[in-house]
Amino acid sequence: MSDNQGPVWEIFLQKKAGQPFVHCGSLHAFDKEMALQNARDLYTRRGEGVSIWAVPSNAIVASSPEDIGPFFEPSNDKVYRHPTFYQIPDAIGHM
Amino acid sequence: MEDNKFEEVFEGKLAKNEMVEPKDWMPDNYRKHLIRQISQHAHSEIVGMLPEGNWITRAPSLRAKVVLLAKVQDEGGHGLYLYTAAETLGISRDELLNNLHTGKAKYSSIFNYPTLTWADIGAVGWLVDGAAIMNQVMLQRTSYGPYARAMVRICKEESFHQRQGFEIMTHLSFGTADQKAMAQDALNRWWFPTMMMFGPPDSESPNSENAIKWRIKRETNDQLRQKFVNQTVPQVEYLGLTVPDANLKWNEAKKGYDYSEPNWVEFKNVISGNGPCNKQRLLARNKAHNEGAWVREAAQAFARKRKEIYEAA
Ligand SMILES: [Fe+2]
Ligand SMILES: [Fe+2]
Repeated sequence: MSDNQGPVWEIFLQKKAGQPFVHCGSLHAFDKEMALQNARDLYTRRGEGVSIWAVPSNAIVASSPEDIGPFFEPSNDKVYRHPTFYQIPDAIGHM
Repeated sequence: MEDNKFEEVFEGKLAKNEMVEPKDWMPDNYRKHLIRQISQHAHSEIVGMLPEGNWITRAPSLRAKVVLLAKVQDEGGHGLYLYTAAETLGISRDELLNNLHTGKAKYSSIFNYPTLTWADIGAVGWLVDGAAIMNQVMLQRTSYGPYARAMVRICKEESFHQRQGFEIMTHLSFGTADQKAMAQDALNRWWFPTMMMFGPPDSESPNSENAIKWRIKRETNDQLRQKFVNQTVPQVEYLGLTVPDANLKWNEAKKGYDYSEPNWVEFKNVISGNGPCNKQRLLARNKAHNEGAWVREAAQAFARKRKEIYEAA
């Protein structure tokens, strides 16, 4: 007998309205409803969230660790993307 | 990259106290060590529900009952966090459960002792969860990311577990003479099995060296055991109870208590299957799993059917 536990889902919680959703862990469930109910029971027993995202694990596309250098490189030499690159006259003060 | 280049990156991470993540390269033995340790930890949470579950229907008040229910439910949650952490290392949930149910995988020896009286529920929360917390606080900084993150969540939930146990001990210790005797009896039976939870002495602990080298553990078995004794003795004194160890005494030079080692022969017997409740625990786990099979099958069939209807529409 194959003892299927159902597919794996990644769970993201929003702590308070307006805040970003943050990954909190994963779980097994057979469908969307069960994923949400399991997430509520498993990850929000103490009011840890006001909203839940459940995403099938295999739907997530992730960069791989070896990519760290080349993949993110294009942004490293673009200092002009930062406000500190620009000079604002003293007379203007804060901008 | 060649293998030794990968190894360099891995070692570098450990040296910089950075975490290793599931997709990172890691040595085979590191992976194996983690799968063994995390799954043992998960099984302990799940089997640990049994001795306490034994008292849910007999809790002495409604308050005591809802507290115990919440505590046992948390332990189930801890088991699930840890199973998913182990699964990130490439082992399936089915395989993990199968290893538990066939007796191939181990769980903490402590859960093979019986909970005979209500005072045992106090002693388990206070001592057993207390010892587990000591270990888990250390593991919040373990080198494997998913394990460390599960530990942070678990530690947040654990503090109520120890407090509710200590509260039960307080009520009994400051209650009638019979109640106090019950509390002392529970302490007598749980003290040494709890001391065993930290594992064999450093001199005889085969896995310790690697665990420290890989920063999976940051303190040794004996260090944690000493910490536990130092923390717990004043609590025993507060309750007006006695630690069942004639050799227990304060050692000013080491700023800690001297204590007797638990009976390591008994420890070996219990982990190799011959403790008072091993058979009962394994039977109960198998029974629950097998009798729940129809739920998994029904849920699976329901999901499949709904998908068919959705796709046909
Ligand atoms: Fe736990
Ligand atoms: Fe606990």
